[in-house]
Amino acid sequence: MMKGTIYLEDGTVYKGTGFGFRGTRTGELVFNTAMTGYQKTMTDPSYEGQIIVMTYPLIGNYGVNDVDFESNRIHAFGLVARDVCFRPSNWRCVRTIDQWMQDEQIPGVYNIDTREITRRLRRMGSQKCVISTEDIGIEELARICGEHELRGDAMKTAGVSEVTECKAEHPRYRVAVMDFGVKRSILRELTARGCDLTLFPYGTKARTILDMHPDGVFLTNGPGDPEEAAEAVKITEKLVTNSNYGERAMPIFGICMGHQIIALSQGGETYKLKYGHRGGNHGVFDKNTGRSYITSQNHGYAVKAESIILHGLEVTHLNLNDGTVEGMQAIDKPVFSVQFHPESSPGPNDAGYLFDKFIELMEGGRL
Amino acid sequence: MPRDYSLKKVMIIGSGPIVIGQAAEFDYAGTQACKAISEEGIETVLINSNPATIMTDKGIADKVYLEPITEDAVTKIIQQERPDGVLAGFGGQTGLNLAMALDEKGIFEKYGVKLLGVNKESIHKAEDREAFKELMGQINEPVPPSIIATGYEECRAFAEETGYPVIIRPAYTLGGTGGGIAHNEQELREHCDMGIAKSAIGQILVEKSIAGWKEIEYEVMRDSKDNCIVVCSMENLDPAGVHTGDSIVVAPTQTLNDTQYQMLRDSALKIIRSLKIEGGCNAQFALNPDRDEYIVIEVNPRVSRSSALASKAAGYPIAKIAAKIAIGYSLDELKNYVTEGSSACFEPALDYCVVKIPKWPFNKFRTASRKLGTQMKATGEIMAIDRYFEAALAKAISSLELEGTGLRIPYVTGLSNEKLLEKLRACDDERIFCIAEIFRRQLMTLEEVFAETKIDRWFLNKLKGIIDMEELLKNSEVTAELIEEAEHRGFEEEEIMALTGIPRDVLQDIRIYHDIYPVYKVVDTCAGEFEALTPYYYSSYGGENESVPSGRDKILVVGSGPIRIGQGIEFDYCCVQGVWALREAGYESIIINNNPETVSTDFDTSDKLYFEPLHTDDVMNVIKQEHPEGVILQFGGQTSLNLASRLAARSINILGTKNKYIDLAEDREKFSELLDLLDIATPKGCAVRTEEEAFEAVERLGYPLVVRPSFVIGGRAMQVVYSDEELKKYLKEAVRMSHEHPVLIDKYVEGREMDVDAIADGEDVLIPGIMEHFERTGVHSGDSCTSYPPYDLPREVIEELVESTKKIAKALHIVGLVNIQYAWDGEKVYVIEVNPRASRTVPILSKVTGIPMVKIAVKVMTGSRLAEMEWGTGLYPDADYYAIKIPVFSDAKLTDVDVAVGPEMKSTGEVLGIDPDFFTAVYKGFLGAGGRIPTTGSAFVSLKDHDKTEESAEIIREYEKMGFRLLASRGTCEYLREHGLKAEQIGYDGVIPRIVEGEIQIVINTPKTVNRIGADTFPIRRAAIERNLPVMTCMDTAKLFLNAVRLRQEGKELTYSAL
Repeated sequence: MMKGTIYLEDGTVYKGTGFGFRGTRTGELVFNTAMTGYQKTMTDPSYEGQIIVMTYPLIGNYGVNDVDFESNRIHAFGLVARDVCFRPSNWRCVRTIDQWMQDEQIPGVYNIDTREITRRLRRMGSQKCVISTEDIGIEELARICGEHELRGDAMKTAGVSEVTECKAEHPRYRVAVMDFGVKRSILRELTARGCDLTLFPYGTKARTILDMHPDGVFLTNGPGDPEEAAEAVKITEKLVTNSNYGERAMPIFGICMGHQIIALSQGGETYKLKYGHRGGNHGVFDKNTGRSYITSQNHGYAVKAESIILHGLEVTHLNLNDGTVEGMQAIDKPVFSVQFHPESSPGPNDAGYLFDKFIELMEGGRL
Repeated sequence: MPRDYSLKKVMIIGSGPIVIGQAAEFDYAGTQACKAISEEGIETVLINSNPATIMTDKGIADKVYLEPITEDAVTKIIQQERPDGVLAGFGGQTGLNLAMALDEKGIFEKYGVKLLGVNKESIHKAEDREAFKELMGQINEPVPPSIIATGYEECRAFAEETGYPVIIRPAYTLGGTGGGIAHNEQELREHCDMGIAKSAIGQILVEKSIAGWKEIEYEVMRDSKDNCIVVCSMENLDPAGVHTGDSIVVAPTQTLNDTQYQMLRDSALKIIRSLKIEGGCNAQFALNPDRDEYIVIEVNPRVSRSSALASKAAGYPIAKIAAKIAIGYSLDELKNYVTEGSSACFEPALDYCVVKIPKWPFNKFRTASRKLGTQMKATGEIMAIDRYFEAALAKAISSLELEGTGLRIPYVTGLSNEKLLEKLRACDDERIFCIAEIFRRQLMTLEEVFAETKIDRWFLNKLKGIIDMEELLKNSEVTAELIEEAEHRGFEEEEIMALTGIPRDVLQDIRIYHDIYPVYKVVDTCAGEFEALTPYYYSSYGGENESVPSGRDKILVVGSGPIRIGQGIEFDYCCVQGVWALREAGYESIIINNNPETVSTDFDTSDKLYFEPLHTDDVMNVIKQEHPEGVILQFGGQTSLNLASRLAARSINILGTKNKYIDLAEDREKFSELLDLLDIATPKGCAVRTEEEAFEAVERLGYPLVVRPSFVIGGRAMQVVYSDEELKKYLKEAVRMSHEHPVLIDKYVEGREMDVDAIADGEDVLIPGIMEHFERTGVHSGDSCTSYPPYDLPREVIEELVESTKKIAKALHIVGLVNIQYAWDGEKVYVIEVNPRASRTVPILSKVTGIPMVKIAVKVMTGSRLAEMEWGTGLYPDADYYAIKIPVFSDAKLTDVDVAVGPEMKSTGEVLGIDPDFFTAVYKGFLGAGGRIPTTGSAFVSLKDHDKTEESAEIIREYEKMGFRLLASRGTCEYLREHGLKAEQIGYDGVIPRIVEGEIQIVINTPKTVNRIGADTFPIRRAAIERNLPVMTCMDTAKLFLNAVRLRQEGKELTYSAL
């Protein structure tokens, strides 16, 4: 049996059993409260650089299949679970989570009190940590942890590295996508609604995008600290300037990182949440519809409400639990964004109407 | 939307007596609803005929009508009270059906009452099979091919077209009464006839069977703004084909990936939206295990057993939130009552696994078929929580209080290979133990078991893993790591000892040395994401202990476990009252219990709730954690009382009556000696351990005799025997049932029976009231109709009861509650039984006398004296009304069980009829019990020889006088003619056809022996019950029933008043 160790930057050590890859990785330790969807979660590029504690204790029950990929690989740096299932059962299952993580060289630790870790993260905030399934002493782990620097700029590399097309079956709109590490399900939602997508790598000039004369621009999710995406913020500012109602309307829709970058581009501010929102169960109130939706969440940063209201933006969505900003729109432009994930995957499909809204804007509608 | 401020007064309709399919969960739901509405400053008026409930207690609703739940009663109460709204969605099918009927008649409209939370159209669409199917078609949700039928021929044509098996479900029933799977034409015929008879509207649904698919449930909530949430998903271990109430259920779903989970979630939300339900709703699905295909099985448009389970499993109070929604709130305006910081508009995230197992009454109904199908048979259920599935399952099994430990029960491990495989195929309640034993003996591979059962491989792998662990414990070297791993996976101490062969003290040392004890985790609805204030705990091994004992003085109350026959909701009532009284007295109240349906396991009932099995290990672990000043065992019925000696042996302070006196009361011989000393008569008897001893006793005592095992719950296996042959047969069965304890043999005293409940403080005794039984001795007290105050007892008998009770209480040093059953044969008063604990009658007497018995018991247990209290001592003065208790049976659910009453308890619930006039109280009681009260027609009479007396003839004569035509079997017919009664002779064979044709309205049949399926009259009683006819199996009941018939004939106008 492999040993499994979690070493936190404050010196706390949790010992369990290792699974998956035999190795050692360093990253930010975060917890996710979703009860299903570990495969979609681990392949979500927004988890780049993070080690995920799954609060649901039984992980791996339905194995890993060929379809539930949000990208072509595991982006998380490690997985921590109370119990791991080595004999999964589901008709789609093609391999065990253990095998998959071996194949993708991702270490995992189980037989560990994940609730204790979660409660610690809640108290202390997200932390740097080392996950190891090797026989390494505590001092060595401390050294590895100390030497490693957490970087917040993963959005620069998580997306496509060259312009990439993604065609709809029945194309009606041309949409430019600023890719910070997009989830496949977002692309699916858009193409299903007739959007022919052109994915641009990080840092693509505004002019290049505008020259394409897109019907709309979409800013994706992605990992990291939005303040590190200075280039994208500037580019977005130009795009927003060019987005207006009327004949040549070019609506802009952002999700998660995209939402934060839009806020920054208009002079707003973002801040790091103590331990983030990761899961599929938060209620979000939409002022426009007067209704609340259960949403899929994955973010460590949020937009400051007071920072945007003076800059032509209004808050449209609020988190029912902690009142944080979950969405906003421009007062006089077809620009809107949400912090949560209307594409779900994993999580509830309640907020798909936001993609429809983007389509309506491209059809000449108003917010 | 804020709440509807036009509501000043709201009426809540309860669910009435406990029956299979509609049990304690509605006390929990109704209590929550009352509290949720009261805290808004709205006046609440409750109607419920069930006296054993917490909801009918003082302080829950502003006004309580303990009255029959009938159209007449509800209408008149509406006239009297003029409520602004009525909540009908918390009283199960009973409440809902009644509201539908009243709405139909325009009663609500007439009195300006709003029907809150449900609308007629949504109920109709959800419950009418045809309408539901049509709606599903409209919203494009898949349902299996089916037809609605009112006759057999349509069914046959359909089955021939789609192929067998087909499922038959009657429309508008509880717990799937009358449903079943038909594999061939003959079975189809049976199920059709029965289903049509059972349906309130003579309608059945016949559909193609999806047996073998995964059965998945979602508990959904919706508000008037169309906000929807899923509170909890559940996966049945038993695939579709077994009623979900009879299935082992796991929460959340385990084998569904996110895509499948969301597919069903989307469907559930679409359905609740299309039905426009405002409140809670349960949606059941069958999921094809081989592709992402599903069908909608059914929807319950109200809170249900599943929602009670989901509430406890997820920590989300569905009924409370549903009540808030019903009075106008939207989900996003409400807070999460567990975290108090976050919103109620969210979906609980579980960070543990929940296992529910039903509790079946097959130990009582030994003749009943244990086969599980679409008709629910369980009386109750238990739930267990752990971080590991294996441990949750182990705790759940432990909570069932079966013989054996873990996945081994002696009956199954004792079967031959052949019998074992046969039993596996039978799909009965012990299937999981069969699978374990098959793995243990390596009789089948996992794939073979899967092919046979269609239980998902994930579950089978888990079971296999448990057996592998058993092997490890048995065959490998015992290390602390191994023991720790076994504890993690839920192995009990006793099992580890048995498998490893290490003695208890060595195991204890290992546990102490390596600190292998459980920690306690919080059920917080959010998987640790937010701070939770709710003290709702479960145990698990390894990691952080979140339960921090306070510095306050605390007392632990041990609960009563699952609802079963003989130990029902009454004991939950006592536990709840107990913890409330402790809180009031300034103690920190802690409860340990495992029943998800009840009020006691609601997160805000006690100061601390431990959701744990009631096994010694688990209770000791909680005691080790909390170090309470004392432990109360007398409220949880026999389950908790049985822990007394083991806890006493571990030097735990048991509050109230001391263990040695509990033992004394249970030890027939010593107790008999004590009664001799006190000069109190008791039927002569003795305890025997062998057949030889038994026949020696017969020599001394002579027949008839009452025989029973010691330590009984609800008279399990108790019987009156008249001959050597019967005794022999009995001993064979009963001794097998409880080898630990001897069998008790007593002389059978025929006469009047009385229940006396008292509270004693070691010195003084307070007797709130005496209940006199209508049926004479021989009928179990739980199944008897009773009267408070006594209707026909001479003064001196009452005085003697009081004196004897005082003497016994003093002699046994009773501190707290005691229940004594007496018999009076016209000359002498005998003590039949003493229970040094709460009894079934405590909630009834508390309500009808106004004396808070449990509260007083808590006071005396914590040191107060009766003499210092306001209630006085001795017999409390009688109330100025009668309270008639009528038992209610779930006979219709268990088709192979004899309905005849006898010494073994069979009823599942009870109702009270209260009125200043004795006869009216009787009438109300029978009305509340829900059976038919015919006023004309024919009565079929067939009596055992023992009953062919002048007295019986007088009773039959009354029926004749009231206009009933008499039909009688040959012997009875002769006897009736001898007594000058006119009766038509009819052979047994001729009775059932006439029952079916509706030509018989009452059956009066006292059988020679109860429970003999082969007996001639058994099918007659069954046929009558299945057509909802009154069946009198005791002449005393027949006599009492006359009063109800007479008042009904007279068209007696009833008046209803609040307690």
